Amino acid sequence: MRTARRTTGGVALALTAILAITGCSEQSQGGDEASGGSSESSSAELAIQPLIQIDAEGAEAPAAETSSAADPAGDGSATCDGVAIAMAGALTGPNAALGTNILNGAKVAVDKHNAANADCQVELKQFDTEGDPQKATQVAPSIVADDAVIGLLGPAFSGETKATGAVFSQAGLLSLTASATNPGLTENGWTNFFRGLGNDDSQGGAVANYLTGTLGAAKVCVIQDDTDYGVGLAEVVTETLGDAADSSCSAKVKTGDKDFSATVEIVKSAEPDAIYYAGYYAEGAPFLSQLRAGGVDATFVSDDGANDPEFVKQAGDASKDAYLTCPCGPAPTDFATEYEDSSGQAPGVYSVEGYDLATIMLAAIDSGVTDRDGMVAFVKDYSGDGLAKHYEWDATGELADTTTWIYQVK
Amino acid sequence: MSLLLHGGQLYADGVIDFDLGRLADNFWALTVDGLTYGAIYALVAVGYTLVYGVLRLINFAHSEIFMLGMFGQYAMLMLLGFYPSGNAFDKGVLLTVVYLCLAMIGGMVVSGGAAVGLERLAYAPLRKRGAPSLVFLITAIGASFILQEFVHFVLPKLTGGELGGVNAQQPIRLVVPTTQFTIFGADVTNVDLVIIVAALALAFVTDRFINATKFGRGIRAVAQDPVTATLMGVSRERIIMLTFLIGGVLAGAAAMLYTLRVPSGIIFSGGFILGIKAFSAAVLGGIGNLRGALLGGLLLGVMELYGQAVFGTEWRDVVAFVLLILVLMFRPTGILGESLGRARA
Amino acid sequence: MSTSDTPDATSAKATSAKSTSAKATTSRPTSLPPAGRTPVAQRPHAGLGDRLRLWWDALARPTQWAIGVPFILLIAALPVIRPPLLTTVGTDFGSVMAQFGMVALIAIGLNVVVGQAGLLDLGYVGFYAIGAYTVALLTSPDSPWNLTDDWLSNDWAWLACLPVAIAVTAISGLILGSPTLRLRGDYLAIVTLGFGEIVRLLADNLDSVTGGGRGLSQVAYPRVGVSEEHPNGVFSAGNASGTLNAGVWWFWVSIVLIVIALLVVGNLERSRVGRAWVAIREDEDAAEIMGVPTFRFKLWAFVIGAAIGGISGALYAGQVQFVVPTNFNVINSMLFLCAVVLGGQGNKLGVIVGAFVVVYLPNFFLGRTEIFGIPIDGNEIANYKYLFFGLALVLLMIFRPQGLFPARQKLLTYGRELYVAARAAARKVSGAGDGSGRADAVPAVDVATEGDAR
Repeated sequence: MRTARRTTGGVALALTAILAITGCSEQSQGGDEASGGSSESSSAELAIQPLIQIDAEGAEAPAAETSSAADPAGDGSATCDGVAIAMAGALTGPNAALGTNILNGAKVAVDKHNAANADCQVELKQFDTEGDPQKATQVAPSIVADDAVIGLLGPAFSGETKATGAVFSQAGLLSLTASATNPGLTENGWTNFFRGLGNDDSQGGAVANYLTGTLGAAKVCVIQDDTDYGVGLAEVVTETLGDAADSSCSAKVKTGDKDFSATVEIVKSAEPDAIYYAGYYAEGAPFLSQLRAGGVDATFVSDDGANDPEFVKQAGDASKDAYLTCPCGPAPTDFATEYEDSSGQAPGVYSVEGYDLATIMLAAIDSGVTDRDGMVAFVKDYSGDGLAKHYEWDATGELADTTTWIYQVK
Repeated sequence: MSLLLHGGQLYADGVIDFDLGRLADNFWALTVDGLTYGAIYALVAVGYTLVYGVLRLINFAHSEIFMLGMFGQYAMLMLLGFYPSGNAFDKGVLLTVVYLCLAMIGGMVVSGGAAVGLERLAYAPLRKRGAPSLVFLITAIGASFILQEFVHFVLPKLTGGELGGVNAQQPIRLVVPTTQFTIFGADVTNVDLVIIVAALALAFVTDRFINATKFGRGIRAVAQDPVTATLMGVSRERIIMLTFLIGGVLAGAAAMLYTLRVPSGIIFSGGFILGIKAFSAAVLGGIGNLRGALLGGLLLGVMELYGQAVFGTEWRDVVAFVLLILVLMFRPTGILGESLGRARA
Repeated sequence: MSTSDTPDATSAKATSAKSTSAKATTSRPTSLPPAGRTPVAQRPHAGLGDRLRLWWDALARPTQWAIGVPFILLIAALPVIRPPLLTTVGTDFGSVMAQFGMVALIAIGLNVVVGQAGLLDLGYVGFYAIGAYTVALLTSPDSPWNLTDDWLSNDWAWLACLPVAIAVTAISGLILGSPTLRLRGDYLAIVTLGFGEIVRLLADNLDSVTGGGRGLSQVAYPRVGVSEEHPNGVFSAGNASGTLNAGVWWFWVSIVLIVIALLVVGNLERSRVGRAWVAIREDEDAAEIMGVPTFRFKLWAFVIGAAIGGISGALYAGQVQFVVPTNFNVINSMLFLCAVVLGGQGNKLGVIVGAFVVVYLPNFFLGRTEIFGIPIDGNEIANYKYLFFGLALVLLMIFRPQGLFPARQKLLTYGRELYVAARAAARKVSGAGDGSGRADAVPAVDVATEGDAR
C-alpha cells in the first residue's frame, strides 16, 4: 500500500529526528541495555505494603493480632439444612472488579466452612446488580423472595444500597456490607444494616490528620472523581484538612477519564506538598503516572478504591512511595494463598472484608441460627476478631471501633 | 493580576465557578498540552472527514477503529518481545525509534484492516441497496457495540487474557517523558514533540496524497460527483475502500501516538469519547475538508484545556460539546467550509 | 424492473423524487435509486402481519376496544400470573416489567422523533434524565429545591410533579430543538448525542443542586394502599415481597400512561401533524416546497417526543426512588434507539415489542441455568448483551432495515371503510399473482407503501 509506506517513511524520519535531538536526556535515564527481549527492572517487585495502623486523629494505633481471627471452619460439628447466604453487588459491568473481590473472599470462607462441616452445607448465592440502582431494585425482591437466604453480604455500592435499603429493611434480612461507605446509610433507621468497615468520615478524617501530622503537609491538592464514594471522601478530607487544603488546585475528574493534562498543569503550578486523590484505581493510576511524567513529585496519597494491585500495575514506577489507605487490614499471607487457589487471582480491595463478614454469618449458622431475625440478632451482639480487624457494631450499625490502615507502594 | 481574576461565579450559589487566573497562570503549558491532544484529534478527524466527503456518511464506528489501533500497536510491541511492566524500557534512541515505528505499523495495519473490513461487511451491502443515511448511522452504532464488546469479552478469550478485558492494558512504556526545553515557562517533553511532529508529518503526507496523486484525484472526483467520476472510469467501490483504508491507517497512527501520552488508555471503552471529540474537530474545521480537520483538531484540543482551566476540570467534555453545538448553530459548514480538495471550495 | 401494476402513488413519487434528487444534486449519493431487487415497498402485502393488520383495521372502533382492553389486561396480569417459562429467574419479574413499561414509553416517544419525523436523536436519554431529575429535585430531601417539607404533601408529591416533569422536558425539547433542528440529519444525530452527554454531565457537575455523584435519594412516590403489611403503601420500594410488589404496581401505572400516550400519538399520526411528519421524513425539501412548515413540525415532533421521555423519567424517579447521573449515559440512549429500530420505526406498537425485547431478554437469561433442558450459563449470555444488540442492529439493517414489525403508511384522509376496501381489493389483485390486473376500481387509494423508507 503506497500510502502506508510513504506515511510510515515520513513518520519514521520525523521520529528519528526528534528522538536524536532529545536522545541524550533519555539515555541518562539509566536502566539495562540487555538483550533485545523483555527487560523488566526492579520496579517489577513494587507492591502495596502495609505501613501502620492509625486512629481517627492520625496517630499510630497498634495492629490487632490476626491469630485470634475467627475461622469459618468452626469446630466442624455444625448441623444445618437448606440455608444460604446471598451476595449482591456488581459482578458484571464496569464496576465488576469490586463485587468480584468481595464474592471471591466470601467464597473462600464458605468453601472452608463446607469442607469442614459435612452436615452443614451452606450455599452462597450470587446476585448481580451491575452496580446500577434500578437493576438492584429488580434483584432485591428476588433475594427477599428466596426463603433459603437468611443473610445478605451487600449491597456493594452506596447508590444501590440507598435504592434497596427499604426492601431489605422491611423483609428483616440482614444486610452486611463490605464496601458501601457512604456515612448517610446508617442514618435511615434500618435495623438490619451493618457496615463491615469504617465509613468515609472515619477514613477521610484519619487520613487528613495523618497528612498534616505525620507527613507534615502544609498544602494539599484534593482531587476527586465523580462517584458517590470519591465525592464523599473528598468532602471529609477537605474539611478536616482545613487551611491545608488548597481550593485553587482542587479538581474533579470523571469516571473513565484517562488523560489529565489540565489537572496536572493546575496541580503543578500550585506546587503542593501532597496530593490527595479520592476515587478508584482506574483513574488514579494514570493520573499519578501523568503527574510524575509532568514533573510533579509531591507526596501522593489515595484511598481504598485505589488500594488494588491493579494500581501498581497501571502506574508502574510512578506509583513508588505512593500512600494508599484503607479501613481494611492487610490480607494475611495464608489468606492470600487460599484466595489465589480458589479464584486464580490475588486478593483485591474488600476481599478480606468479604471473607470476614461471610465468616460471621457462617458462625451464626453454626450456632444454630435458622432464620433472618436470628441472623440480625446474632450480628447485632457479635464481638470478635476477623482477619482485618475487630468486629463489633454500635446501635446504628457502624463498627464500634474503626481504624485506618496506611499502606505504601514499595 | 490573578487576584482580580480568581474566584468568579456564574451563579449566586457558586454552582459554576470560573477562574480566569488559572488560565493566565498556565497559559503556555496548557497550549502545549492542548496542541499535543489536538494533533491526535486531528489525525482521527481526518478519517471522519474523508469518509464523510466521499460517502456523506458519519462513520460512527471510527472511534472503535481508533481503539482497535491502540490494541494493534500494543500487540505489535508484545510480539516484539516487550512485556508489560510498570517501568520504562530503555533501548537507546535508534532502537526506540525503530520499535515505535513498528508499533505504529502494527496500529495502522489493525486499524486500516478493521476500517476496510467494516466497510465491506457492514456498509457495502447497504450501499448496494441504496439505503437512507439513517440506516448507515444505525449500522455504525451497531458495529461500534460489536467492536467494543469484542475487545471486552471475546479478545481476552482468544489471547488467553493477554489482550482486552475489563481493565486497561498494563502499559508498555517505551519513552519516558523528559523535558527538552521550555517555551514561556511551559515544559515541552520529547513525547509532546514526537506526537506533534509525527502528526504534522502524517497530515502533510495525507494532504499531498489527496491533492497530488492519481488516487487522491480519484477520491476527490468521487467526493465531488460520484456519477460522473464513475463515467470517467473511476471505480467508486475501490475509491471508497481506499478512503476507509486511509482513515483507518491514520487512526492507527494516532492510536500509537495517543498511547505514548496516555499509556494506560488502552481499554475497550477508550475510543468512544475521543471519537466524538475528533468528530467535533472535523465539524469545527468544516467536515469533508482535510485541512479543516487539522485546524479543528488543534483548536479543539487547545480550547478544551483552556476551558478546563477556567471552569474546572470536570467541565472538559461539556466544553467540547458546547463548542460543537455553537459552531453548528452559527457556522454549520465549519471554519474552513465543507469541501474535499480545492475543486469544490 | 417488474413492478406490480398496483397504483402506488406515494412510492412512485418517492422513488422518482429520490432519483431526481440524485441526478440533480450530488449531495445525496447514498440515495441513488435501488438497483436489482424489487423494493420491499412494492411487494404485495400478503404476509401474516398484513393480514392481521388488515383485519384489525377493518374492525369498528368499539370492537377494537372490546378486543384491545382484555388484551391489555392480560398483559397487565402477566407479572401476577408469572407464567413458568416467561418469568425471570435472577431478577424479579414484576420489577423487570416495570422497567419494560418505562422503556416502552421511551420507545413510543423516541418513535415520534425517529420513526415518524425521521430525525435521528441519539441523546434521547437526556429527556429521560430531565424528567427523572425534575421529580427528584422537587421531592427529594437531598435537594435544595425540595418542596415536600413546605407545602407539598409527600403522599401526592409524585403525582403533582408528573405534569411539571412533562412540562419541563417539553420545554427542554423546545430549547434543544429550536437551534438544532435546522441542521441536516447526520449533524442532528451528533448534536443530540452531545446534548444527552451535556445533561448527564450537568447533573454530575452541579453538585450543589443535584448532589452530583451522590445522587438524590428518597424521591417521593404515591402513598397509596397503606396497610399493616405495607406501611409505606404499595408503591414503596419496600413493598418487595410477594407477587403484588412495587414493581407490579409501577408496571400498572406505566400501562395506563402507555395507553394514554398511544391514544395521543395515534391521533396525532392520523392528523395533519402526522401527515406532515411523514412528508418530512420522506423528503424534507419536497415537503417544504409543497408548503409544509417543516421546521415547525419537526419542533413539534421533538417536543412531543421529549415530553413522553419526561413521563418515563418521572416513572423512573418514582420507582427507583433514587436518581444518579450514571444511569443516564449514552449507552442507554443507544439501547432506546435499539428498541425503536428493532420494533420497527414508525410502528408505535412494534416499538413496544422492541422495548420488551431490549429489557426482557438480558433478564430472561440472568440467573438461568437451563432452558428446555439444555444447560446454559445465563449470566454469561446476559453479560454479552451489548454484543448481541450490536449484532442485531447490524444484521437488521442489512436484512430487514424496516425492523421486525415494519410500519405501513396509509392515507387516512380517506375514510376507514374506503381504506379497508381499497386494501382488500389491492390484495386480491396482487394475490392473483399475474401482476397485470389493474385495480382501476380504487385508483390511487391504496397507498399502503414504503415500509422501510425513512
